[in-house]
Amino acid sequence: MTLAHPIINGSGTFDAIAAYRAFGEALEQEFPFAAFVSKTITLRPRAGNPAPRLWEAPAGLINSIGLPNRGLDGYLAEDLPELARLSVPLITNVMGSTAAEISQLVGACDGRPEIAAIELNVSCPNVQTGLDIGADPRQLEEVVCAVRPRTSKPLIVKLTPNAADVAACALAAEAGGADAVSLINTLRAMALAPRTDRKSVSTRHFGEKSTPASAPTLRSATTKPDVPRVGRWLGGGTGGLSGPAIRTVALAQVAAVAARVDIPVIGMGGVQRAAHARDLLDVGAVLVAVGTESFRDPLAGARIARDLAPRST
Amino acid sequence: MLAAAERWGGGEDERPYLARAFSVARVVDGEAHYLLEDVGPGTRRLCELSVGEGLLVLGPLGRGFVRPYEGRRALLVGGGVGIAPLAILQDTLAGESVASTVLLGFRDGPHAEGAALLSDAIVATDDGSLGHGGFVTELLASELDRDGYAVVYACGPAPMLETVRVMCTERDVPAQLALEAGMACGFGACYGCAVRTRGGGYLRVCVDGPVIEAAELERVDEHAGAPA
Repeated sequence: MTLAHPIINGSGTFDAIAAYRAFGEALEQEFPFAAFVSKTITLRPRAGNPAPRLWEAPAGLINSIGLPNRGLDGYLAEDLPELARLSVPLITNVMGSTAAEISQLVGACDGRPEIAAIELNVSCPNVQTGLDIGADPRQLEEVVCAVRPRTSKPLIVKLTPNAADVAACALAAEAGGADAVSLINTLRAMALAPRTDRKSVSTRHFGEKSTPASAPTLRSATTKPDVPRVGRWLGGGTGGLSGPAIRTVALAQVAAVAARVDIPVIGMGGVQRAAHARDLLDVGAVLVAVGTESFRDPLAGARIARDLAPRST
Repeated sequence: MLAAAERWGGGEDERPYLARAFSVARVVDGEAHYLLEDVGPGTRRLCELSVGEGLLVLGPLGRGFVRPYEGRRALLVGGGVGIAPLAILQDTLAGESVASTVLLGFRDGPHAEGAALLSDAIVATDDGSLGHGGFVTELLASELDRDGYAVVYACGPAPMLETVRVMCTERDVPAQLALEAGMACGFGACYGCAVRTRGGGYLRVCVDGPVIEAAELERVDEHAGAPA
């Protein structure tokens, strides 16, 4: 797969079909990315999480969208014909909770010439263990191994940053037969509802003068905070943090992974300007994805690619 | 329309980061006018913009109000800063010679000065300092009692919209609600501004709305408004 420049989009942060509807020709003249990565497609349709789905965090965003999508059949029948009109290669992102499910998704994508490459979202809990498939190197290698024979298209594994050793997970993906890895996905995060909305709870806030029934001690807690009652803001309970807040974490993880694997690394996390993309390229990424910044500026990808290009005199 | 200062942060908790959504209040000589109230870090940052500062603006976006049908009269119901899209709607309806009645609710007298943005508005204030003492939805109930052959156009705080929704659904009066929701992108990409429909699915306020038929909604949630 040869691309015009090293800037692509992070899955779920740009909707080419919606963008064409909103911006029309302006987008056709300058599609902001060298390849388009679809949002995550699952086997069955998903409506997504209850509202609220967003929280503006310090220098970033927590989302708990819940991967709404039409499901595999809907994607192939309805979205793919529209996405095929794009002037850039299409990378389809898929997620399943078992190797069999992922194999089915990958196999179906393999048969479609409109799809240039497949990205596996492995930030999905295993139905048996409850752990993210991508967080455990052994489990990840097994899954990639099982899925690999189902396609001859390039297979990208999108690693989860919520793992003890991300480089070990990258090596596992490589051993399983991945052609590339991409990182970082969002960091697990949580927000509580504004304090005025929290009803009848007795919580202590450090640094806040109050009259607690008992002073804080280092003894083990006899009562656990009742988090649902305190009021989680997001309908999904927890969400994923993205934006400038995670840029330095992304740089560290991309550097650690690129130093260990031989396959190409796609780096992302908090990229807002060409300098941030350059940092990820400098630590070993071959492509850089722009995510949350596209929400602020839908043409951010094009701006970053332009600023990144060597100036011709 | 979505707007954000080019330089983000600077406020409490390094907010705002995302753009905020606004309705066009009026277009005068090719210039779009907006109503802005400091209700959180995003709107505060925009209130504090200095001359020459860069602004990210994206729009126009979404679907607006649809013209009256079946010869129904138009009832425009607004609350607080939510009166903005009713101003441009009133202009449009006047241009098409459609009769409209404007009902506006405000917290208090100073906020009620905003009523001057529309003509011939009947005003309610929560504290009773101007016009009807109470909610604008009480004015709406009287209007619907008097002549229910109407279509309601409403924009304002979620509790007001929820009352309008219930009232109009019960009376079988079509109502178009201009919703507000925290959103990241404004063009249908992030799916962050979803509101639940009666059918159990979701609509995106940014592209399926912000104006959504009351009959389509399960309810109008108060928390859909953040982040400001």
